Amino acid sequence: MGESEVKVIGKWSSPYAMRVKIALRIKSIEHEHFEETLNPKSDLLLKSNPVYARVPVLIHHGKPISESLFIVEYIDETWSNNNSPSILPSDPYDRAIARFWATYIDEKWFPSMKSIITVETEEEREPYYKVMEEVVERVEEAFGKCSKGKPFFGGDSVGFLDIAFGSFLGWLHVTESLYGRKVLVEAKAPSLVKWAERFADDPAVKGLIPDHDKLLEISKPLQIKWRALAAVGKKY
Amino acid sequence: MASSSDNEEVRVLGKWASPFSNRIDLALKLKGVPYKYSEEDLANKSLDLLKYNPVHKKVPVLVHNGNSIAESLVILEYIDEVWNNNNNHAFLPQDPYHRALARFWCKTLDDKILPAIWNACWSDEKGREKAVEEALEALKILQDELKDKKFFGGETIGLVDIAANFIGYWVSILQEIAGLELLTIEKFPKLYEWSQEYINHPVIKEGLPPRDELFAFFKASAKK
Repeated sequence: MGESEVKVIGKWSSPYAMRVKIALRIKSIEHEHFEETLNPKSDLLLKSNPVYARVPVLIHHGKPISESLFIVEYIDETWSNNNSPSILPSDPYDRAIARFWATYIDEKWFPSMKSIITVETEEEREPYYKVMEEVVERVEEAFGKCSKGKPFFGGDSVGFLDIAFGSFLGWLHVTESLYGRKVLVEAKAPSLVKWAERFADDPAVKGLIPDHDKLLEISKPLQIKWRALAAVGKKY
Repeated sequence: MASSSDNEEVRVLGKWASPFSNRIDLALKLKGVPYKYSEEDLANKSLDLLKYNPVHKKVPVLVHNGNSIAESLVILEYIDEVWNNNNNHAFLPQDPYHRALARFWCKTLDDKILPAIWNACWSDEKGREKAVEEALEALKILQDELKDKKFFGGETIGLVDIAANFIGYWVSILQEIAGLELLTIEKFPKLYEWSQEYINHPVIKEGLPPRDELFAFFKASAKK
């Protein structure tokens, strides 16, 4: 399979783009990477994802697919027979549970992290920390049920929910560095803390979590941008 | 996965006026799956609701053989996967690309299109013009996706059609109450035509809540 058949429009700092990279690695699919600048948005991005103009986008045989979790499902379904592990569980109920938690994470997790970085005071950050702590508590419980004693949400290998949650570890560490407050802690989430280490070390993931210092460096300009958007009442 | 049998218990916890809850009624009816329905009072949540959806405490919830699932789009895919004996009633196609597209449009309906229309219908004087503009933009992108198809699913009702019940049915009621013209035959002829095919589809027709009751429900909400 030629490299140019699979193209990913991504961004090194994007947790959503990271999900796609992990999935392609699990399936051993080579691809061409297009680093999106977002400022301005590339013609390729505008053409490939006209509704949202955001990364990631997977382009396969010239056809674009958007939304990270749907791209992951697409990858799992398209390359289902090449002797690589499955990403989604096989049982419909387990699949529903995985999708439920992935949706929950997308609604609550990164938006809270973004808000923590954007708002100005410790007092304003507090409610978002509360949300993150609740997420950690629930996902810790979900881990117990999904993993069934195995190392990952997906069982023996990195699966859908591992990818959905683990892709945020880089940014999680940034919020911890910025404000010195941790939410993924041994006392509250012993299984997740160990899982996070396993996840980061897994061959499918290794090297894909963005460098901490580089993320920290861009967090400043991003904070400025997000604060400016918030000031004019725009969603940041 | 084993085919459905008489011993399987399927329960739905829902709210009759909610399009999200209604999606599940439509899906189960399209699959010909019998189920027990419980009307939930969200101001007075039942023990079952708290037990089966502890995370969000919202409807709809599907309970199948004691296992509960929440989030309407997640439930729809589950229903499609479990009751998959008869290809005629498949909500999603087999082809991964078109499956990804269908999922994308379901999410876009929920994240972008429904909120835009909802906001327009409930907007106050100040925000009205902008909200209406956004709602019309949202309807346009949806119509562009429909293209010349009879349904979003092609010749038959698909996942996107089920998810778009709000567009097919609720919008006409809400826009009338708000005194707005959003989905009209003049503005969006193809989408309007789709909505008529949709609400006249034999199974969908039986599954939608009665128009006059829905109208009265939202009119009463508008007064508050």
